[in-house]
Amino acid sequence: MKPNKSVGIVGYGVYIPKYRIQNTEIARVWGNDPNLVPIREKSVPGSDEDSVTIAIEIARNALKRAGIEPKDLKAVWIGTESKPYAVKPTSTIVAEAIAATPFVNAADWEFACKAGSETVQACIAYVGSGMANYALGIGVDTAQGSPSDALEYTAAAGGAGYIIGSSKESLAVIESSVSYVTDTPDFWRRQHEHYPKHGNRFTGEPSYFKHVINCSEALMDELGTNPEDYDYAIFHQPNRKFPLEVAKILGFPKEKIMDGLISPYIGNTYAGSALLGLASVLDISKEGDRIFCTSYGSGAGSDSFSIEVTDKINDRRANAPSVKSYIERREEIDYARYARYRKKIRM
Amino acid sequence: MNVPRHWREQVRRYRLLGSKCCDCEEISFPYRLVCPKCRSRKCEDYALIGKGKILSFTDINSPPQEHKYNMPYAVALIGLVEGPIITAQITDARAEELEIGMDVEMVTRKIMEYNEDGIICYGYKFRPIVKYAHP
Ligand SMILES: [Zn+2]
Repeated sequence: MKPNKSVGIVGYGVYIPKYRIQNTEIARVWGNDPNLVPIREKSVPGSDEDSVTIAIEIARNALKRAGIEPKDLKAVWIGTESKPYAVKPTSTIVAEAIAATPFVNAADWEFACKAGSETVQACIAYVGSGMANYALGIGVDTAQGSPSDALEYTAAAGGAGYIIGSSKESLAVIESSVSYVTDTPDFWRRQHEHYPKHGNRFTGEPSYFKHVINCSEALMDELGTNPEDYDYAIFHQPNRKFPLEVAKILGFPKEKIMDGLISPYIGNTYAGSALLGLASVLDISKEGDRIFCTSYGSGAGSDSFSIEVTDKINDRRANAPSVKSYIERREEIDYARYARYRKKIRM
Repeated sequence: MNVPRHWREQVRRYRLLGSKCCDCEEISFPYRLVCPKCRSRKCEDYALIGKGKILSFTDINSPPQEHKYNMPYAVALIGLVEGPIITAQITDARAEELEIGMDVEMVTRKIMEYNEDGIICYGYKFRPIVKYAHP
């Protein structure tokens, strides 16, 4: 799917909270085998952080790279499943904080881990139709797994945002995108429940792999490309294993995956996951590099993007912190402090 | 829970929005209707860039109930680059990590929540500047 007007990424920004809990620490508390944990460590938000505050940091970093005025944004769209309010938009608080209000479209988007990439696709359409010069799409989460559940090892906090504008001003041009969704009951959370549930037998084959593979192949079919045409690929990262396996099935060699594979160090940031991986590739890419990116959200669906980097990356990259600098800004905490920060202890 | 009061102040707290005197250019935070230097009544909104230095700080170990989730935390007197001196909570660092003269930056964080069903108040805090280098 291509818009009428050619568009691209004018600026991008990321944020990851500084606290980390090691998977071996979670395994120690629940008596699980520390050798069988899925990743090394995951990010944990501080007690004064939530999806709003993380999105504000992301938006400010994206604006620094784009070099535009906040008032030029005609959309502030936030994809998240960890809204601080059940009713009251996250996006209006963020838009107000970055001074993009009041003539701006603000909305929260929902689709498990795919909520972020669909805001980016909507921004492509909003700018590509000529309705807006610039639009900001953010994927952010402070994900929680039920204590002792398998998801507790990976559910993490962080995100990334993309300001879409005309391709002439872009640091990377969006060549095309495709969406692929079906009704699949692999993961859900009902109203008023604190933690999500997952359908064990639906995790993996009929959900992640089916959607990521079909969506990715559809985009490559549309463009007449194949894995050899790309320098980097990013796939949604619920753990370390899945993106590596899906890349192998699609025919992307491991060396094209590793620069965008950050889940081993920060965990699964849900709506932020694929978008943070893409940002970590933009942090090191050069003019002419082609990047392939596919998200995945339970429920279920994928969005795929084909992106080509321009020479404008060189001037803008250094205007905000890289993914790596946030990964390296870390303070390890134990399960007790983690439980307190995540309000698992009621006062 | 005073929702109207928070709503009136929220934009200034989210963005660190102060005022600038149209006559003598004195910059103030919080916002002033009357310039503290020349008493002029012509003041306009002025967005501070959110950078400054720690002039003094203290460790808070017995905070009010609504800040208990954050304890222990530091409160600092910060000299902003534009001139005003403000008092703010420090986040992402404990008192033992701070020094007088340290460069800090503004960040918008959760200040307090009114129980489980009330509003969430966001506003400025400061933290040691996130250092970054690019490959
Ligand atoms: Zn004056």
